[in-house]
Amino acid sequence: MQKVFDIKENKQKFDELLAYIESQDKSQGVLMQTLHKAQELFGYLPIEVQKFVSEKTKIPMAEIYGVATFYTQFSLEPKGKHTVGVCMGTACYVKNAQLVLDKLAKELNVAVGATTEDGLFTLEATRCLGCCGLAPVIMVDDTVYGKVDPKDVPEIVANYKK
Amino acid sequence: MAIYRSHVLVCGGTGCHSSKSDEIKRKFEEKIKEMNLDNEVQVISTGCFGLCEEGPIVVIYPEGAFYSRMQINRVDRIVEEHLYKGRIVKEFLYEESIEADQIIPLSDVDFYKKQKRVALKYCGVIDPENINEYIANDGYMALGKVLTEMTPDQVIDVIKDSGLRGRGGGGFPTGLKWSFAAPNEADQKYIICNADEGDPGAFMDRSVLEGDPHCILEAMAIAGYAIGATKGFVYVRAEYPIAVQRLQIAINQAKTMGLIGKNIFETGFDFEVEIRLGAGAFVCGEETALMASIEGQRGMSRNKPPFPAVSGLFGKPTIINNVETLANIPQIILNGADWFRSFGTEKSPGTKVFALGGKINNTGLVEIPMGTSLREVIYDIGGGCPNGKAFKAVQTGGPSGGCITADYIDTPIDFDTLTELGSMMGSGGMIVMDEDNCMVDIARFFLEFTVEESCGKCTPCREGTKRMLEILERIAEGKGTLEDLDKLEKLGNNIKNTSLCGLGQTAPNPVSSTLKYFRDEYEAHVIDKRCPAGVCQSLLNYYIIDTCRGCTKCARQCPVKCIDGKVKELHVIDQDKCIKCGACMEACPFDAIIKK
Repeated sequence: MQKVFDIKENKQKFDELLAYIESQDKSQGVLMQTLHKAQELFGYLPIEVQKFVSEKTKIPMAEIYGVATFYTQFSLEPKGKHTVGVCMGTACYVKNAQLVLDKLAKELNVAVGATTEDGLFTLEATRCLGCCGLAPVIMVDDTVYGKVDPKDVPEIVANYKK
Repeated sequence: MAIYRSHVLVCGGTGCHSSKSDEIKRKFEEKIKEMNLDNEVQVISTGCFGLCEEGPIVVIYPEGAFYSRMQINRVDRIVEEHLYKGRIVKEFLYEESIEADQIIPLSDVDFYKKQKRVALKYCGVIDPENINEYIANDGYMALGKVLTEMTPDQVIDVIKDSGLRGRGGGGFPTGLKWSFAAPNEADQKYIICNADEGDPGAFMDRSVLEGDPHCILEAMAIAGYAIGATKGFVYVRAEYPIAVQRLQIAINQAKTMGLIGKNIFETGFDFEVEIRLGAGAFVCGEETALMASIEGQRGMSRNKPPFPAVSGLFGKPTIINNVETLANIPQIILNGADWFRSFGTEKSPGTKVFALGGKINNTGLVEIPMGTSLREVIYDIGGGCPNGKAFKAVQTGGPSGGCITADYIDTPIDFDTLTELGSMMGSGGMIVMDEDNCMVDIARFFLEFTVEESCGKCTPCREGTKRMLEILERIAEGKGTLEDLDKLEKLGNNIKNTSLCGLGQTAPNPVSSTLKYFRDEYEAHVIDKRCPAGVCQSLLNYYIIDTCRGCTKCARQCPVKCIDGKVKELHVIDQDKCIKCGACMEACPFDAIIKK
C-alpha cells in the first residue's frame, strides 16, 4: 500500500506543529517531544514532516532521520486503523505469548510488524506492557486484553472488523 | 472537608485498570448515589495493591474488607449489603482473608505477611490524583524538614548513613553518588528520575508513579537541594500513559500549592520538574544514553568518565536516580538512617520491590526486606507454581540477569548474593519458570531482546550478541555442536569484558547462567537433538494418542498428507514426512494430538 503524503491536505496539522515548536525552549533539547507531537498529529513521520521539523528547528535533517529511525516508537510508515500489540515481555513469553502472536498473524494474514492489505490492522510484537499479572497480554489500540488464549483471538479481532 | 464513614478503594493500577476497574468504580459511584449514601461513603481510585493475580481489587475501609476478582454485577450487592446494612459480603472476599469464618487483617494474609512496604507505602492507600491525601500522610514533610532544618551536606550524610543503594540495577550507594555532584561548581545542575523501566517483567516503577507520584517529586526536590540543582527531569517510557498522566497531574498540583517551583517554603530554594518521554529504546535506561535522549539525540551510551555527576545532561553536573530509589528518600529523611537500616542486610539495607510473574500463583508486586530468601518469596508469598508443576528456575534481573535454580532457593536476596550466583538484582523483575519452560529457549529469548535493543555503538555488543544469538538458534533447531557451547562461553566472556556500557556488559548473563546451571539441557539439544521441556519447535514431533476418534479432520487439514487412518480408527502421523506445522493439532476436536 503506497500512500502519497499530501502536504496541502495537512496544512492545519503543520500549523499546529509549528505552534508547538515555537512554544518550546530550544536550549532544553526539543527533538524528542517534537517528534512525539508530530507523530501524534500525523500518525507517523513521513519524510516531508521530518524536513519540516528540520527547517523550523534548525536541526540537521540527518540528525532527525537518525533519531526517528533509532527509536522503535517512531514510525516512518503509516499504520493501520488499529494497532494490535502482543506483549513479548518475559512474563508473557513464558506463558506462551508466542502462540498468541502466531495465531494473530495467521488470523489477520499479516507478518509481524506489517499492516494488513485493507489497512485495518498493524500487528506488532511489543515490549513489556507492565501488566504481568494478566499474562499473556495483547493490546488493541488502548485496550488491554489479559490472559489471552490463542482460541480467543478470532473473537477479539472480530470486534474491530465492524 | 467532608468526613466519610466508609471508603471504597478501587485499584487503578495498570493490571486492574486493564480489567475495567474504572467501570467498577463508576458503578459504585452510581449505586451509592442511587442509595443516597454519597454523603457518607467515598469512592476513590488508588495505586496498585500488589496482588494483581486477584484483580480487579476493591478494598472497603474501615473494615478492610478485601474484595478480589471484582465484577460489575457484584457492585449492587456489595453496596446494598455492606455499605447500607453493614454486612460484609463474605462470598466475594479474597478467600485467604477469611479464616474460620472470620475476616483476618490484610497484614496477616500470606501474600502480605512477610512484606514490608517502604517504597510502596502509600500505593493502594491514597488517591494519587489528590495531593491532599499525600499531604495528610506526611507528604512533603520531608522536603520541609530538609529545607528548614538541614544543610545540604547533612541531607547527603543521612542518605549515606542509611546505606541506600540504587534500586535500578547497579546497586551503587545513592548518598555517595550525590556527594560526587554536590561540590561541583556549575551555573546549572540537574536531577533526573529514571523511569525508563525497560526490563521486561518489571513494573514497580510504573506502580510507584501511578500510585504515589508525589513522593517522587518530593524526593527529586530533596535531591536537588542536596546537590544544588534547581531543575529536574522525569524520563518516562511512552508505553506508560497512565503514569505520565498522573505524574503531570501531580506536578500541576504541587506547583499550584507552591511545593515545587520558585521559593519553596519561602526558603529561597527553587525546583522545577518536567516530564520527558522515551520512545521505546531499552538502552535509554543506561544513564548516559538516557541523557542523550533528553538532549534530543539517538540514545547511545558513551564512555565514563566523565561521570554524569561531573558532566552530565547538557554538560552540567547531573544525578540520575531510579524511581524506586527516590521513593525511599522521603521515608529515610523522616524516620532516619537507623530506621532504614533496621530492615534488610548489612550491605543491602532496606527493602526491595519485586515484580513476581510467570508460572506463579500470586503474580503481583511485592516489597520485602533485603535478605528474605527466594523460597519465602516464591512459596510463602507467591504461593508456588500453579497446576502442581515443579519449580525449575527463577529469572531475576531481566535481560541483564540470569536464572537461579531450585538448589539455590534458600539464598537470602540482596545485591551481592544474586551477583555471586551469576544473576543480578536488576530492577526487580522475578519471573518464575516451571518444568515446561526450556532454558535454551529462554536464553535465546533474552539474546533476541538484546540484539534488537543494542544501540550499535560498540562492536562487542552489536556483533557479539548477534553471533551468540545465531549459535543459540542453531542449538534450538537441533543443529548445534558441543563446540558451540564452549564458543558461547568464550564469546560471552569477551562481550562482558569489552562492551562500552551496562547493556553489553551484562547481555551474556542469561546465556552464561543457564549454561552453568542447565548444561544438561543444552547437551540434550545438541547431542540427543531433543528439547526436554517440549518447547523448541524443530525438535518436537507430533503424535496421535488413543483419544483419537478417527474423525479424519486432521488428515484433511494436513498440507503434506502425512496422516493416515480410516474413519473411526486411530490415525497415525508419518514422522518422516511431517513438516511440524501444527495444523493437525489445531484441527483436532478431541485434543488427541500431542507434541513431545
